[in-house]
Amino acid sequence: MPARPAEEPVLSIRKLSKSFGPIRALRGVDFELKRGEIHALAGENGAGKSTLVNIIDGILRPDEGEIRLYGEPVNITSPAIAQQYGIGFVHQEIALCPDISVAENIFMCRTATSRTFLANARALEREAAEILKDLGDIDPRQKVATLSISQQQLVEIAKALTLDCRILILDEPTAALTEREAQLLFGIMRRLAAQGISIIYISHRMAEIFSNCDRITVLRDGQYITTLNIAETTPDEVVNAMVGRIIGNYYPPKLAPHERSEEPILEVRALSEKRRFREVSFELRRGEILGFAGLIGAGRSEIARGICRLEGEVTGEIRLHGRPVEARSYSDSIRAGIVYLSEDRKGDGLFLDLSITANVSALRVEQVANAFGIIDERREREQAETLGQRLNLKCDHVGQPASALSGGNQQKVALAKMLSVNPKVIFLDEPTRGVDVGAKAEIHRILRNLAQSGVGIVVISSELPELIGVCDRVLVIREGRLVGEVSGDEMTEGHIMYLASMGEPRRLAS
Amino acid sequence: MKANNSITAAAAADKRNGLARGLSHSLKRLLGMRETGLILIILALFVVMSFASPYFLTWNNMRAMAMAFAVEGIVVVGMTILLISGGIDLSVGSVTALAMVIAGLLFLSGIDPWTASLISIAACTGIGAIMGFFVTRVGLHHFIVSLAVMVIARGLCLLGTGGRPLGLYTLPPEFKFIGQGSVGPIPVVIIIFVVVVAVFDFLLRRTTMFRKVFYTGSNEKAAAYSGIRTKKVIFLTTTLSSALCGVAGVIYMARFGSAQPTFGIGMELNVIAAAVIGGASLSGGTGTIFGAILGTVLLSVVSSSLVLLDVSVYWQDIIRGSILLSAVTIDHYINKRRG
Repeated sequence: MPARPAEEPVLSIRKLSKSFGPIRALRGVDFELKRGEIHALAGENGAGKSTLVNIIDGILRPDEGEIRLYGEPVNITSPAIAQQYGIGFVHQEIALCPDISVAENIFMCRTATSRTFLANARALEREAAEILKDLGDIDPRQKVATLSISQQQLVEIAKALTLDCRILILDEPTAALTEREAQLLFGIMRRLAAQGISIIYISHRMAEIFSNCDRITVLRDGQYITTLNIAETTPDEVVNAMVGRIIGNYYPPKLAPHERSEEPILEVRALSEKRRFREVSFELRRGEILGFAGLIGAGRSEIARGICRLEGEVTGEIRLHGRPVEARSYSDSIRAGIVYLSEDRKGDGLFLDLSITANVSALRVEQVANAFGIIDERREREQAETLGQRLNLKCDHVGQPASALSGGNQQKVALAKMLSVNPKVIFLDEPTRGVDVGAKAEIHRILRNLAQSGVGIVVISSELPELIGVCDRVLVIREGRLVGEVSGDEMTEGHIMYLASMGEPRRLAS
Repeated sequence: MKANNSITAAAAADKRNGLARGLSHSLKRLLGMRETGLILIILALFVVMSFASPYFLTWNNMRAMAMAFAVEGIVVVGMTILLISGGIDLSVGSVTALAMVIAGLLFLSGIDPWTASLISIAACTGIGAIMGFFVTRVGLHHFIVSLAVMVIARGLCLLGTGGRPLGLYTLPPEFKFIGQGSVGPIPVVIIIFVVVVAVFDFLLRRTTMFRKVFYTGSNEKAAAYSGIRTKKVIFLTTTLSSALCGVAGVIYMARFGSAQPTFGIGMELNVIAAAVIGGASLSGGTGTIFGAILGTVLLSVVSSSLVLLDVSVYWQDIIRGSILLSAVTIDHYINKRRG
C-alpha cells in the first residue's frame, strides 16, 4: 500500500552485520522505521533483535552496514549520542538507582547534562508527577527500592519519555507488567505514535503485537526474514516466519476427561502467612497441570514459596501423597520432594558463572557424592548430560558456564536442576518468561510429559494464553486469597481476568 | 529394525565425535586456564632472573623464597575460600600477629608451647566466629567488620606486649623444629604448606561442603533457592580464614622464636592480591587454591628478584601494585571477550 511513497523513513538500516568472535549475530539485516508507527521486532531468542536495537542505541558498533536517520547517514557511537539523535531505549532489565527517589531517577539523564548545579527537587517532583499521572499511581517522592517490579518498569518508561525522543525502543516492556498496566502502556504508546514518535517494540507476545502494532519485522538466526503489515497477516504466519517451520499447535494436548484422576498428589489446607496470603486450600491431582493465575502482587509466587518454605512464617497443613509434610526449611521441602523454579532466572534461579553441570546438581550435590562428601565428577557430569538430553538442551558441552546459553536453554538448565532430585511436585514460576517460541513449546511438552509420569506440576504465569493453553485447571488468586477455580470451557482470558481483578472496573479487554 | 540400527550407529558416531571434541576442548581449556598463564609468567621470570643474577637459581635463594611465601600461603588459602564465598577479610595480618602474641604470652606464663599454640589457634577461630556473627546475623559487610577487627586485633597485640617483641628464648627445640627444622633438605614449613594447600585444594574442588561455597558466592539468592544455608556457609568460611591465620601465626612464632606485635602489617593486601591474581573474584563464585598459590609464588618471586636486583624498597611496592592492576585488567578483558 504505497500511500505516501514520498515520505522518508525516520530510520533506515541497510545490510547491517555484527559478529561476536565466531558467532554472527547479525548478517546483512535491513530495517526501516516510519514516522509515527509502532513497529514490532520479533524473532526467537538469539535471532538478533537485541543486537540490532543495541546497535541503534550505540551500545554496540556494527561491523558493516549503514544507518540513516532522517535520510542522513549517521555513526552512533554511544548511548549519549543516540540520546542526542532523539533515540530513547527502555531496557528489559531495570536499571534504576534504588536508593534515590522516583523523580530523581526519571530525570537522571537530564540532571546529568543540566547546566545548573543544583537540581530543584520540588520542580522535578512536579514534572515527574505530571508524567507519571498517565502511567499509574506512583508517588514521585518514593524511593525506587520501595516499588514493585512492574512499577519500576513504568518508571523506566517515564524516564525515556522525558527525553523528548523521536524514536523509542521498548525491549519487552510488558514482561513484568500486569494486564492492566500493559493496557495503560499501550494507550501511551498509541498516543506517542499519534504525535509522530516512532516506536520499536520487542515482544514475544503475539496477542500484544497484533492488537497494538502497525508493522512487524521478523529476524531469524541473525538474518532479516520479512516485514509485514499487521493488518494483512496472522499470528501463525509471523510465528512460522520466526521459527522457519510450521508449528501446528502451540500447546500439547490436555488431559482427556477419562484420564482425569481424583487422586491428590498434594493437599494444602488453610495455608496462611501473616502478610502475604490467607486461608489457601487446594489440591493438586495426579496427571494434571494446575495453574495459578492472578495479577502481579496477588500472592501467587508467595503461596508457592510458602509451600516450599522458602519465605514467610507459614501456618496450615500440607500433605504429600496423603502424608503430612513436616518441612521447616526449603532443604527439608526439597528432601520431601517439593521444589520451586524461580521466576527470576538470572537473579535467583541460576549460577550464571558456574558450569551447567554445577548448576544441575545444586539442589542436592550430595547425590553425586560418596558417603564422605566427595563429589564423583563423572557421575555429576553424567547427571547433567542425561538430564540435558532429556530436555533437549543445546550446548557445546556441560562444562560451559550457564551464562553462555540462550534464555530458553538456561531455563532448561534450571528445569534440569529441579528434575535432578526426582521431585514429586514442582512449582514453576513464569517458566517461559523471556524464552523463545520454539523452546517455549518444548518446555510445555516437557511439563505435560512430567505430569503424565505422575509428577505434580503447578504453573504460575502472567501470560493468560499460556495458562489456558497448558493447564487443565486454573486457580485464581487475588489479594492473597483463592477467589476462584476454572477449568474446561470456563477457561477464558476474560473470565480469569474478571476473577483476578474483580472489584475493579473491567477495562481490560480491548 | 533398520531404522533402529542407524540410530544406534549415529549415536555411537555422536559419542566418538563428542569424545574428540571433549579432548580438544580440554586441551583448549588447559591452555586457556589462568594457572597455565601464571606458570608461564613465573617460568619466564625464572629464566630472566637466572641470567640477571647468578645468586637467583641457587638452592639457598630458592629455599629462602619458598620459606617466605609458605606461611603466608596458608593465609592465602583461607582468604581464597572466603573470597569465593563472596566475603573478604582485612584482618588477616593483625590476627596472625595476635596468634603469635597470644601463644607467646601463654608460653611465657608457663604453659607448654603446644597447648599455648592450640589455645591461640582456638582464640583466632573465635575471632573469626565473631566476625561471622556480625556478618551473617547482624548483617554488616565483611569489609567493615574485618576492618574493625583488624584495628582491634592490632590494638590487642600492642596492649598485650606493650608494643615490644616478646623474645621466646626458651622455646623447646621440638617446637622450633616446626618453623626452623628440615626433613632431609626440605624445610618443615614447606611440608606443612604443601599439605595444607593439597588438602584444601582437594576439598574445594571435590567435596559437597565446599561446592556450597561456590554456589553461595556465585549467587547467594540462587543458593538459598537451592536449599543451601548460605549464612552458615559464609559464617564457616569467615571462621576458617581466621583459624588459618592462627595456624600461620603459630608457625611464624616457631620460626622467629619470638612474637612480634607489629608483624603482618599490610599482609592483607599481599594475600588478597595473590588470590585475585590467581583468579579469585572479589564478587565471589570463582577462584582456585592452586591459582592463588601461583599468585603468591609470583609476587614472592618478584619481590625476591627486586631485592637481588638492588631495587629500592619503595619501588617494590609500586611494582607489586602495578602487577596486581595489570593482572586484574588482563583478566577483565579476557572475561569480557568470552562473555
